[in-house]
Amino acid sequence: MNVLNFIQAFFSDGSHWHGYDGIPTRVAEHIQYSLQALAIAAAIGLPIGLVTGHYGRGGNTLALVATGSRSLPTFGLLVLMVTWLGFGLTPVMIPLVVLAIPPVLVTTYEAVRSVDPSPVDAARGMGMHESRILFQVELPGALPLILGGLRSAAIQIVSTATIAAYVGLGGLGRYIIDGLYQRNYEKVVGGATLVALMALVTIGVFWAISRITVSPGVRRSG
Amino acid sequence: MNGFFHIPSDLQNSYFGLIGLHLREALIPVLAGLVVSLPLAQLCVRFRWLYPPVLWVTTVLYAIPSLAFFVVLIDYTGMSETTVMIPLSVYSLVVLLPAIVDAVRSVPQETLAAATAMGFGPVRRYLHVQLPIAVPAIIAGLRVATVSSISLVSVGMLIGNQGALGNLLHDASIYNRPVYAVNSVVTTAVLAILVDAVLVLIRVLLTPWMPSGARRGGRKAAGNRTDAAVPALEEAAR
Repeated sequence: MNVLNFIQAFFSDGSHWHGYDGIPTRVAEHIQYSLQALAIAAAIGLPIGLVTGHYGRGGNTLALVATGSRSLPTFGLLVLMVTWLGFGLTPVMIPLVVLAIPPVLVTTYEAVRSVDPSPVDAARGMGMHESRILFQVELPGALPLILGGLRSAAIQIVSTATIAAYVGLGGLGRYIIDGLYQRNYEKVVGGATLVALMALVTIGVFWAISRITVSPGVRRSG
Repeated sequence: MNGFFHIPSDLQNSYFGLIGLHLREALIPVLAGLVVSLPLAQLCVRFRWLYPPVLWVTTVLYAIPSLAFFVVLIDYTGMSETTVMIPLSVYSLVVLLPAIVDAVRSVPQETLAAATAMGFGPVRRYLHVQLPIAVPAIIAGLRVATVSSISLVSVGMLIGNQGALGNLLHDASIYNRPVYAVNSVVTTAVLAILVDAVLVLIRVLLTPWMPSGARRGGRKAAGNRTDAAVPALEEAAR
């Protein structure tokens, strides 16, 4: 098998394991870009999704925003941002955040909206304040779905953060872009394998987070 | 420069030629993904044990960056449109499969029993009962797949100018004309939104029994997931 040979050759080459172009450095850079983009997307998408979901309004506007930002080509946006803003981390973050916002926003909205209405009504009947209803009743119930949205955003970010290398930054995309121009398929396949592994690790991390944060009662019913 | 629609001659194509090329490179993969995922989804519904492993495989495939996918395929299919279309077909398959499986599974047992009682065989039952009921969810999946496919074609630029409208991005940097990049991004986005609108229209035409104002129904209409395109995608990673 061609591809398997490449993978084996890439990982057994000692020079790939240290230095500024080593696997540990590139993985750390990739994680840094991904976490940063996910944090920004969550900081924008979660509050808006929670509030609109709580009041059940603005679903059409959100769908419109999501379609709009999904239709922006990530790669094109990157090139455009670089020509406008110059090289740096910001022109990479903008397309990644635009990519990650639709899943976070729409899933959070749908998750809060589809929480069983009876506990919410009970909480309101007990005189709970709207903000406490949102954070103590709706949020715990909606958490599994919200985490699902964050996870799909995270997977897309991890696989797309490779484009950072096209504008001179590091990350695992370095191997793919450099390999492409050097006609070094071993490097490309190695980089792609690392990205796929990181996506699997992301799934694992989100599974662990949901084990810890989702209340047992919600987990059982869901 | 007011020549917003001016296309540099090295691309050997007109503005509308590029749009046509872009649509071809984006839509053929979605169709291919649909053609493969319909029978595959039916298998997954029939044999429940098949679904989790299939889902795992597709999730891993989805995590491979498009660029790496392209470069690996160059070895087999060269720097051609096919190289761009194969990964896009795989991504479409990954998005469509869970959407279709969930949709077909969510057809109520009574409806199936009624169809059987009316003498429908398995094939007719699938074509005339299960599939039409699944249409809204299938279209929701198709919307996500199509829009992301249209956006990803641009990356094909990196493997020898196979990116249709994305090729303008390369020209923007070599000729130092940002307007080409603006043209590429805006045209791609408008294209995606238009195709999305066409899909919504197709859904309305295919499901005449659904009330047009359904989405504006009561608050907390749980289970109203006809338009929740992202949860369908989210399912892919489950």
